[in-house]
Amino acid sequence: MAEEVKKAPRPVDPNSAKYKLGKIAGDAYANAIEAKKAGKPVAWVSSNFPVEIPETLGLYTVYPENQAAGIAARGAGERMCNVAEADGYSNDICAYARISLAYAKLKECPEQDVAMPDVLLCCNNICNCMIKWYENLSQELGIPMIMLDIPFNPDYEPSRAIIDYVGAQFWDAVHKLEALFGIKWDDEKFKAVTEASCRSSRAWLEATAQAKYTPSPFNGFDLLNHMAVMVTARGKEEAGEAMETLLKEYKENHENGTSTFRAEEKYRVMFEGIACWPYLRATSRGLKDRGINMVTTIYADAFGFDYSSFDEMIAAYCSVPNAINLEKSRDKRIKLCKDNNVEGLLVHTNRSCKLWSGFMPEMSRQIGEACDIPVASFDGDQADPRNFSEAQYDTRVQGLMEIMESNKEA
Amino acid sequence: MYTLGIDIGSTTSKCVILKDGEYVYAKGLAVGGLGTQGPEIALNTIWNESGLTKSDIARTIVTGYGRNRFEGGDGEVSELTCHALGGRFVFEDLRTVIDIGGQDAKVITLSESGKMSNFVMNDKCAAGTGRFLDVMAGILCVDINDFEKYAEKSKSPASISSTCTVFAESEVISQLANGVEMPDLIAGICDSVATRVASLARRAGVRETVCMSGGVARNGAVRKAMEKELGVRIEFDPLAQYFGAIGAALYAHRQLTR
Repeated sequence: MAEEVKKAPRPVDPNSAKYKLGKIAGDAYANAIEAKKAGKPVAWVSSNFPVEIPETLGLYTVYPENQAAGIAARGAGERMCNVAEADGYSNDICAYARISLAYAKLKECPEQDVAMPDVLLCCNNICNCMIKWYENLSQELGIPMIMLDIPFNPDYEPSRAIIDYVGAQFWDAVHKLEALFGIKWDDEKFKAVTEASCRSSRAWLEATAQAKYTPSPFNGFDLLNHMAVMVTARGKEEAGEAMETLLKEYKENHENGTSTFRAEEKYRVMFEGIACWPYLRATSRGLKDRGINMVTTIYADAFGFDYSSFDEMIAAYCSVPNAINLEKSRDKRIKLCKDNNVEGLLVHTNRSCKLWSGFMPEMSRQIGEACDIPVASFDGDQADPRNFSEAQYDTRVQGLMEIMESNKEA
Repeated sequence: MYTLGIDIGSTTSKCVILKDGEYVYAKGLAVGGLGTQGPEIALNTIWNESGLTKSDIARTIVTGYGRNRFEGGDGEVSELTCHALGGRFVFEDLRTVIDIGGQDAKVITLSESGKMSNFVMNDKCAAGTGRFLDVMAGILCVDINDFEKYAEKSKSPASISSTCTVFAESEVISQLANGVEMPDLIAGICDSVATRVASLARRAGVRETVCMSGGVARNGAVRKAMEKELGVRIEFDPLAQYFGAIGAALYAHRQLTR
């Protein structure tokens, strides 16, 4: 019997954004592992914790949400969830949390190994499940947890009181880390980190905004890969440079009439919710095969933080998608739909993320009405593969496409 | 000109031949959907009934969950579009279709001109679907076709509070053990489906004329419970289970005559 011949992966141009971004994301994991071996402190950090703190203090970081997404995308989500569930964690809680808690127990997972932490940096602006998840990690691993409390904001803008409350916690977290590891805060370095973070964010947001062109110069699923750098390394100098390369490439694509969307772009949709990582290929193919380009998603833009003062930085962290009220959330999405000429909205009802999915039926109804676009939703999960049915996804996407087609004909 | 629509669902397969896109020339239905002999049996039925052969068919469109796997069609369209088209074929002022099939429930809204404008489907759960009723009929040892007859005799429908099929099953068993009468239990089961699907309908936005399609449409007890829940009249036609296949055949005709 002939041996199966695997296609060699296409070499990636080292000057391309894809290469640079892939290297930054990979290096972040590798550097933390090396640092750990050398006895340097490593922090596990929630995705919307102010990156400016660990970066300025020179702490090596691992982002468990990013790790869990990688593990799920590489097919090990169910295996890790089963480990956590066998320990008594309900399968009703976030699959990122279950994977992370399983990793804390096993301390290995070939699909994405990471350095074990010396401290946990938790911020609940993305969800409150995060608090219990990190508290359990803290208990299980016997390490300190530093909590930055950013409560859900029922008002449209963060108040002075909230900014003061969060700002004070920012410095409290800094002082605790200084005391824990005998390290010193450096204002000059903080300035450089904030500049790097804003530089990355500006380039990233401008790159994602290139979807304003028809056809879009990129396949929106690219953003789901590239955003790893915005989550884990936006405060690094090289992240800014790589994001500017990405922006340049997208601009060139537009000028040359090319795109990373390898099909005729017949329809443009906004994707709502966290990616369905275990079925990234199936969810992407279900769209591409029908000429549907997912041109925009708030999930990607959520990791761009641009500010010009300390208060603005704190306000930005108080304004991430899951910390803001329905009206502001809706308006941000309506803007994305209108700016990018979106013709339909595809909503991931994510079993892991009750907070995000819970307000989507009403929010998507309002967005659909405001933008006069059809809305379809499908069930899935960001990391647990047991909550998705490809046939159901396919029917919903096809139904959405048929309405968009009919709207075009009208 | 004859066009053929094939609707391969999760539990049954349906075929319809339309003549000139105007009337149903032949129809066939077989138990067994995706991955079974159902589609083949339904097709054999239709060939026998009509006296036509495949070469008489100008175009074939396939719909339903098995649409992508069936070989021999000229194209495929989602069952959402097909139920909208098929429903409108029968009810000319139709604006809302409530389709309850074997494994899903969907509510489809149509614009004034008859185009599908929106749809809402059940989540990944058997509650509010034909499967829920099948499971209940199984544990009660009652033919599902007799549900309407039983429900009509109900004086005080039982309350089935669990939306999960598995939990509802144990709830029904314990109500049986507590001496709840069969008519009240069956009426409660039908109310439970109606309540679940009515919430989908409200999300989609109910506009009259409203009809039901799919196999569960034949169950008058569910239809009546749905009418009560939504406060609107729900139209029914004996072809309701064929709306998907009719829509597919009509779609095929429109492609040829457009």
